[in-house]
Amino acid sequence: MDVKSEIIAQFRQVAEQQDKRLAPLTDNLALLDSGLDSLCFAIVVARLETSLGADPFSDDEDARFPVTFGDFIRFYENAAR
Amino acid sequence: MKMPQDNPASLWSAIIATGNLSSRILVGLNAKANWAELVEGSIVESPSDELRGKSVLLATIDQFRAAAALIELDGIARRVVLFPPDVSREHLAYVAKTAEADILVTDQPDLASVNHGIGRVIFCNQGIAQAHADRGEQIETEWILLTSGTTGVPKLAVHTLASLAGSARHTESSPAPIVWSTFYDMRRYGGLHIFLHAALTGTSLVVSSAQESVADFLTRAGAHGVTHISGTPSHWRRALMSPWANRIAPEYIRLSGEIVDQAILNQVRSQYPHARVAHTFASTEAGVGFNVDDGLMGFPADVLDSNPLIEMKVKDGTLRIRSSRTAFRYLGADSPTLKDAEGFVDTGDTLELRDGRYYFTGRRDGIINVGGFKVHPEEVEAVINRHPVVAMSLVRAKRNPITGALVVADVVLKAMPVDNGAIAQQCDILQYCRAELDPHKVPTAINIVPMLTIGESGKLVRHA
Repeated sequence: MDVKSEIIAQFRQVAEQQDKRLAPLTDNLALLDSGLDSLCFAIVVARLETSLGADPFSDDEDARFPVTFGDFIRFYENAAR
Repeated sequence: MKMPQDNPASLWSAIIATGNLSSRILVGLNAKANWAELVEGSIVESPSDELRGKSVLLATIDQFRAAAALIELDGIARRVVLFPPDVSREHLAYVAKTAEADILVTDQPDLASVNHGIGRVIFCNQGIAQAHADRGEQIETEWILLTSGTTGVPKLAVHTLASLAGSARHTESSPAPIVWSTFYDMRRYGGLHIFLHAALTGTSLVVSSAQESVADFLTRAGAHGVTHISGTPSHWRRALMSPWANRIAPEYIRLSGEIVDQAILNQVRSQYPHARVAHTFASTEAGVGFNVDDGLMGFPADVLDSNPLIEMKVKDGTLRIRSSRTAFRYLGADSPTLKDAEGFVDTGDTLELRDGRYYFTGRRDGIINVGGFKVHPEEVEAVINRHPVVAMSLVRAKRNPITGALVVADVVLKAMPVDNGAIAQQCDILQYCRAELDPHKVPTAINIVPMLTIGESGKLVRHA
């Protein structure tokens, strides 16, 4: 499965379910400007763990948190390798 | 200004005793004042005589106004109830009745028309106004903090300034001025603790605001040179996911209020390599517990015996605390008992001992902590069980790296659906929950299961 399109799909679905207005998902978009709050991110991460079989936030205790949407995708692409 | 009686001391007189008031500031989102202006002025549009001996419910949106009102009310009012802005207004009437509130102090004009049952509503000034009365004789004020109850109705825990502030006193040990800040709301124990610490140890304080983005708060905190800052692991995860995390350069960082895992400790230290990073245990009911600064999650077993003023023990798997810093009791006729016969408060936090170190594993009562918001499984189950297709349900925590935990539900249906009926019913139950519950209480997954285990007591078995 394409990691990026799965992530985009989850961002959109969670935003819709949580009544959030999602900003255009460009690589440079700061995650905190995406329109999603902490609860939304928590749900996205839980769903990606199910769909992609990876949770890079929990797998590496020393990983730096992603800051932009592009970072977020690379975070998961690296975990999937 | 007439000086008050020395005994009992109030927040007002304790702040004056720290000295150096005009060089220290309290910074809110829209207002700023030095501590001299705070103790000399007034935020409540009412003469002190009207507040004297009364039970006052303090429900402001703005934290700066709440701070100023607390300085004004402690020692004058019989009781002050701190009503946080994130607590639903539907509980206002219950809280007011339970606390026998005489006066509502607020900055929200529309609260005047809400049915809260309080006879007198006083609005806050926009900023600090000239004070009009001497304080005269001071009394010991009860401070009431709200904590979440099983059914969603808050419990009211009774503190005093002494139990909240302990022996926090000004010391001259720090050569450079300290500027505290916190991600917490100061109507919550974690935030109130920092407010009182700053007030009584003679530092400045930058308070947060729910109306402000993380970026704006970090920028404002950085602009005021914050040196010390506290928050929950969830607060810190959110801050570290922000490009503005580098706007602050704190010397000291404290995490509390949720289970601290090794990842968040490492990430905070990586972002702020020059800061001392500590995590603490404290709760509204049990008061302050202990401080851990060795950079590791959990705490060394000998921490339990490290402070003669705070007795701690592990009994039946949970942490118990006895000290002068615990809450005294809950308000209300039908409220549960807060302390056991020996005066210990059961924190309800479960611990596991491995190689001489204790690790928090969760809550015995199953309370789920979603990013600092407590969720009682029973409240969510009650909503799910009202759905017509549901026979029974079990709500539990699923570990999550962003909010610590999320809520998930195992649901037994009255009749097993055929084909794609299960998906439709999952969606329908979720829609129902979204309409009935706050967002953090809504299950993030509904698992349809054939059965749930019932124990010999006739109750759901909550732990595998």
